[in-house]
Amino acid sequence: MDWMQSLRLAAPEEFLSVSGLVLLLASAWGQGRKDARAINWLGVLVLLGATAMVVPTLLNGVSGPAALAFDGLFSADAFAAFAKILIFVAAAASLAVSPAFFERHGGYRGEFPVLVVFAAIGMAMMVSATNLLTLYVGLELNSLAAYVLAAFLKADDRSAEAGLKYFVLGALASGFLLFGMSMTYGFTGTIAFDGIAAATGAGLSKGALFGMTFMLAGLAFKVSAVPFHMWTPDVYEGAPTPVTTLFASAPKVAALAMTARVVTEAFGSAAAAWQQIVIAASIASIVIGALGAIRQTNIKRLLAYSSINNVGFILLGLAAASPEGISAMLVYLAIYVPMTLAGFVAVLMLRDEAGHQVEAISDLAGLSRSRPLLALGLGSVMFSMAGIPFFFGFWGKFVVFQAAVQSGLLVWALVAAIASVIGAFYYLKVIKVMYFDEPAGKIAGRSDMVHEWLLAICALFISPLGWVFTKGLGALAAVASGVLFAAT
Amino acid sequence: MMEHILSLMLLVPLIGGVICLLVPAQTARTVALAATLIDLALGVVLWCNFDVGGARWQFQESVPLFQGFAWKLGIDGIALLLIELSVFLMPICILASRSIEKRVGEYMAAFLLMELLMIGVFAAQDLFLFYIFFEAGLIPMYLIIGIWGGADRIYASYKFFLYTLLGSIVMLIAMIWMAQEAGTTDIPTLMEYDFPVEAQKWLWLAFFASFAVKMPMWPVHTWLPDAHVQAPTAGSVILAGVLLKMGGYGFIRFSLPMFPEASAHYAWLIYILSMAAVVITSLIALVQADMKKLIAYSSVAHMAIVTIGLFSFNTQGLEGSMVVMLSHGLVSGALFLCVGVIYDRLHTREISRYGGLSINMPKYALFFMLFTMASVGLPGTSGFVGEFLSLAGIYKMSSWVAFVAGTGVILGAAYMLYLYRRVAFGEQKNADAAAMPDLSVREWLMLAPIAAAVLWMGVYPETFMAPMRSDIAALDARLARAKPEGDAHLTAGQPKAHTEEHAQEGGAH
Repeated sequence: MDWMQSLRLAAPEEFLSVSGLVLLLASAWGQGRKDARAINWLGVLVLLGATAMVVPTLLNGVSGPAALAFDGLFSADAFAAFAKILIFVAAAASLAVSPAFFERHGGYRGEFPVLVVFAAIGMAMMVSATNLLTLYVGLELNSLAAYVLAAFLKADDRSAEAGLKYFVLGALASGFLLFGMSMTYGFTGTIAFDGIAAATGAGLSKGALFGMTFMLAGLAFKVSAVPFHMWTPDVYEGAPTPVTTLFASAPKVAALAMTARVVTEAFGSAAAAWQQIVIAASIASIVIGALGAIRQTNIKRLLAYSSINNVGFILLGLAAASPEGISAMLVYLAIYVPMTLAGFVAVLMLRDEAGHQVEAISDLAGLSRSRPLLALGLGSVMFSMAGIPFFFGFWGKFVVFQAAVQSGLLVWALVAAIASVIGAFYYLKVIKVMYFDEPAGKIAGRSDMVHEWLLAICALFISPLGWVFTKGLGALAAVASGVLFAAT
Repeated sequence: MMEHILSLMLLVPLIGGVICLLVPAQTARTVALAATLIDLALGVVLWCNFDVGGARWQFQESVPLFQGFAWKLGIDGIALLLIELSVFLMPICILASRSIEKRVGEYMAAFLLMELLMIGVFAAQDLFLFYIFFEAGLIPMYLIIGIWGGADRIYASYKFFLYTLLGSIVMLIAMIWMAQEAGTTDIPTLMEYDFPVEAQKWLWLAFFASFAVKMPMWPVHTWLPDAHVQAPTAGSVILAGVLLKMGGYGFIRFSLPMFPEASAHYAWLIYILSMAAVVITSLIALVQADMKKLIAYSSVAHMAIVTIGLFSFNTQGLEGSMVVMLSHGLVSGALFLCVGVIYDRLHTREISRYGGLSINMPKYALFFMLFTMASVGLPGTSGFVGEFLSLAGIYKMSSWVAFVAGTGVILGAAYMLYLYRRVAFGEQKNADAAAMPDLSVREWLMLAPIAAAVLWMGVYPETFMAPMRSDIAALDARLARAKPEGDAHLTAGQPKAHTEEHAQEGGAH
């Protein structure tokens, strides 16, 4: 075993770990606001640097044994690289928007960027895991950082509540996951994905089926798929908005990509068994996410339900259980991340005269006249999430439907499509409030430049200009998804 | 330039729309008018260069821009005529928007985007490109109704959006299945592809869900009166003039040629719904107190004649329904403009508030009468040509359907003439209505071109029928194998020996 080779393959994670530790030390010494700010921007740079390091892996389409490190515990292949790029960029974006927010709310400390960097390492481990143990360690590293982040505003009751809820339910989910893993280990005798695949190749035993089901339940918690979605609106609403921005983007990518790897690499031969579970979770998420959002009056809760709804569509891609399906899922994720980032950045920009965050949807009334560009940005997010063509969000839904139809899930695609009309209703509600209602004059605060730029970039990506990317995105996603199926 | 003229026609409104967003109100009006006029000029160039009787698909362009589908444009005669209708109505709509005061730039941008999407729908030759244009039209129309509409605009905009979205999303799934089954997204190829009959039936229903809502057919027409009444005048004109044609275009481009057997199988469904629409919506129109609502219901009745003609499986019916579509686009658009003219003056659409307008507004009354007659189908106007051909077509298929659809013409005369009498004739009941000034130059400029087109189409329809003749013939040939047997069994009569003699005598009288 070539240790240098392993270290080289895990270089982005090592770079992040060392940088994270250095930043931690820096934050221990520099306690001022200015120091925190500097550490924050260093964190952004570190994450972008790590992104640059994984890009070649994706472009070269690295796969198979060449990607395996540490005796097959860790795989730095193109699939992981695709997910990592999204994760690091999303984490960097959530970091970039945080100083302006915390400067108004106080309580900003250097630990914040450090925690985000550690969470990103955890997520990178999750998507690279080819072994149940690596998977669990990565997941917990991410989760522990996330619990603290949710409760980061110590003085705010809602934030503390969000942290506690997230912790209790997250621990429960981890319990499910561990139980499932132990069952799987007991019935297959191994914790390596390829070993599990070999042991279940002849057919899934009852015990292994139980194990797989429990593992999927635990993972469903992490991706907030119905019926394990209850924590999402509360945590999204309570957590500080930059943290919510992170929660809604990067961990979703990590958990979904990890789920895809587990079901295709470890349980690839038992597709029929997990397919029905994924379909059920997918359709339930789409419907419940859409129905639940209708009565929301808080924009963050609305976006939380919308993320549940979106996860449903992503799972539909996974349910196709084909390379096209995984590829569709990745394309959807690549569109979903900027869409969500834009949504939450726009929420961050909604402030009243005193600089307090405005979260009630009714206060957005007439935004198109007081802040036309902000309204246009948030409006594009809403139309894009509703999947109305010309906006790029449609493309995500389209490829997912296409993959589902190709795999013979015609009926489920139809059900999902019809349910998306329900979803369109509440997205339209936001548009209606912004564009049709008389101005409420609530939103008067000035925006920060970073927010404006980030919103502009994301909005441009999900605008019709995004169509330019369909070919490149499709090709990259195909390379990434091909990795998972080459192994089996 | 000619090989990219369709892309150019899409580009002009796009650029105009972006400019409109950035400049002050008065400039935006000018820019929008200029952009639509340029597109009209391009439309004229397009028609002049269209080789009637030449290749079936002309002005084709294809760039494989996207994954899974391509930027593929091209038109046949049918698409040509509908594009001409769109570019013809657009400058008129911009002129009719003088009374819009708030957020003019955005309004003009929405209209120009609308024009882009309408041309795109008719010119798209790729299945998914078509869908994108077809569906994206919801956004500008939703905004037009919701921002600049009347009192109850929110409800109407939601209803419009969700109804049409639900219909077309089902079609999307069907399209994905078709593309996978046939292995291509090219519309001309798909028009020749023979899907298994069982599959055709499902696909036909999925497309029907979309087109029936767009058309709109009874009983899914209820979004139309709401949307029409609440939309601003120009919005109603576009809605009635062009958007409704997308449904008919869908039937003629997709349902009929791609699923001929299924079309024959479900023809009874079309007949029943259309017959119900003709009678029921005409009767509803008869009792309306709101002018726009009356015209909206008459649209549903006219569209029912279109569907009947389309599913009569013969050349007359198909040509007739195309002419009805064009004629209805002009006439109902003009009628909405006529309502807009007096609405701008008195700010009410209630019929009983008006009366005796022919006294103080004689020019207006003249135009209004012409369009009323065209809507009724008076010979010499465009309405007659279309309705006559459609009814002749369906008579070959089923005399009962022809009979019931024929009552639509009578009922149409009833409600339109009744409307005209109450608005233009009689006593001048209200002083404010009696004091309204006659048409301004701008209004004259809006109505006169449509009047000319209506008369032209009524007197010499060949101009409009020549470009589509070969396309209709091709469609008829494609449908021949599935054509159900009609009940008319028409046979050519025996010419009598003394015909010539008769003619001479007749001439002498």
